[in-house]
Amino acid sequence: MARSTDSQVPRQPIPSREFWLIETKGLRKSYPSRKRSKAATVDAVRGIDLSVAAGEIFGFLGPNGAGKTTTLRMLATLIRPDGGAARIAGADLLTDPGEVRRRIGYVAQGGGTADAVSAREELVLQARMYGIGKSEARQRTEDAVKSFDLTEFADRPCSSYSGGQRRRLDIALGVIHGPNVLFLDEPTVGLDPPSRSQVWDEIRRLRTEGMTVFVTTHYLDEADALCDRIAIIDHGGTVAEGTPEELKREIAGDVVLVGLELGDGAADRSQRAADALRAEPYLHRLELQGEDGLRLYVENGAAAIPQLLRTLEGAGLAPGTVQLQRPSLDDVFLARTGRSLKQN
Amino acid sequence: MKLARDTWLVFQRQLLLMARTPVWIAVGVIQPLFYLLLFAPLLKPVFAPMGATTYAETYQIYVPGLLAVLVIFGGLFTGFSLLGELRAGIIERSRVTPVSRLALLLGRALREVVALLVQAVIITLLALPFGLQVRLLDLLLAYLLLALLALMTSAISYGIALLVPSDSALAPVVNTIAQPIALLSGVLLPLALAPHWLQAAAHWNPFYWAVEGMRALFSGHLGDNAVWQSLLIVAAMTVAAVFWSARLFSSRVR
Repeated sequence: MARSTDSQVPRQPIPSREFWLIETKGLRKSYPSRKRSKAATVDAVRGIDLSVAAGEIFGFLGPNGAGKTTTLRMLATLIRPDGGAARIAGADLLTDPGEVRRRIGYVAQGGGTADAVSAREELVLQARMYGIGKSEARQRTEDAVKSFDLTEFADRPCSSYSGGQRRRLDIALGVIHGPNVLFLDEPTVGLDPPSRSQVWDEIRRLRTEGMTVFVTTHYLDEADALCDRIAIIDHGGTVAEGTPEELKREIAGDVVLVGLELGDGAADRSQRAADALRAEPYLHRLELQGEDGLRLYVENGAAAIPQLLRTLEGAGLAPGTVQLQRPSLDDVFLARTGRSLKQN
Repeated sequence: MKLARDTWLVFQRQLLLMARTPVWIAVGVIQPLFYLLLFAPLLKPVFAPMGATTYAETYQIYVPGLLAVLVIFGGLFTGFSLLGELRAGIIERSRVTPVSRLALLLGRALREVVALLVQAVIITLLALPFGLQVRLLDLLLAYLLLALLALMTSAISYGIALLVPSDSALAPVVNTIAQPIALLSGVLLPLALAPHWLQAAAHWNPFYWAVEGMRALFSGHLGDNAVWQSLLIVAAMTVAAVFWSARLFSSRVR
């Protein structure tokens, strides 16, 4: 009940231009484990250190179950961290969650609209829940309906919306009070490609309006195309942070994909090819891909290809295809964690 | 002030949602209607020890108990709607706003009060042709008692729903609590028929006093001790239930 007085704290001026809009230090959360035998706990988040600059789209990339949503829910004041510290838009997460609430917007993965009411009704209520007066709430609703392109269906019940329409409304609800930071949990899960790119456009538009956007995703292309900077999370901890370009540059060299002949004994052939290539001096790392493919990380792709072809031919294995690629974010993930994100 | 504003905000939205899906009125009224039509007539000989000699007098005793049980059961089962809203993320969306946590609870409980009172009015009206007679002031006091009962039982139900957050577990838990409450309040059969030990046990059931108060009001005995006693007991329990549920709500639904 003490929490009901949160918003009676006098409104503090929003920090004019703080460089780091989100800063976390060792944020962690554990849950009691389900096993009855011991009073053990499961570490959902083991210690997250992040710095998100004002006005950037920050991506939080990791496989399902890595701790993305738990971290996001901690930052959005929905669950209390067990330890660590965080400042969001100038307010302290642990000592002043009420002020954090006023400065952030949060859109959960599943949204949170009622089926029987319309977008307009939800937008007005949302604004009113932030303490905004009736006429101002109506004005903001009209603005949001226009800018998020909701006009066509704004008075129909939410139950009739398509996935993309619903998502646009969810985001409009998240920013109706003009927050400094918007948190989005997997904003494009389950959307078709056109709706997906429309959501990306909305997020980019919010950034041009000066908003800082924190988005979790397990899509590599989303992190790559949408985000200015990303942090990679695995097993409840951050394993890398930087711009997608920086991170990819860390993976020195190129990726060569070798496709062997399909058909009987393909698995055996790719095993033999892997054994033959492992000793090569130019090879950093080798991964088997499917039954008939190899993924090679090499210093210089153009120079390595003739050499590896010779080696394979010497072993009596003629490759069907050879491809040269620049490293992707998945390669970054693979290098840091030893696993591929695509398998998830 | 903020609490009142936020509660009103949540309450208005809940009323709107209820008005959009009016099936609940029918569902809530049909079952008590069956009891009114198919069960109450059996009770004339049973209620004889309580002074009923005609069908009209039987309804005079039976209807207030029926209304009480309608509100008690209706309130205790309202936790299901909270589970639905938790699942749909509606509660979570409210929680990231600075809206008062207590208002999220009170706005919903008050919606339930309105819903149950509407049903109680309908049942009262339907009972009039059977010879039910009640003075307006007595009736209004009886509705006040019902409103408190509804607020109390829905607060309890929200608390239980937060402790047992699963549809399949909530129903048996609520039934297990509601059955002895109903049996020991003398709504189905009068406790005047009961052996002494059962009557003694009933005196520890606050809902027994609520039903006694309802019956006194419907008999026109405004000055009966049962009236003020029931209002006092139910009001105290309502405060306790809301307090308990609000604490649970603010710790589990932060």
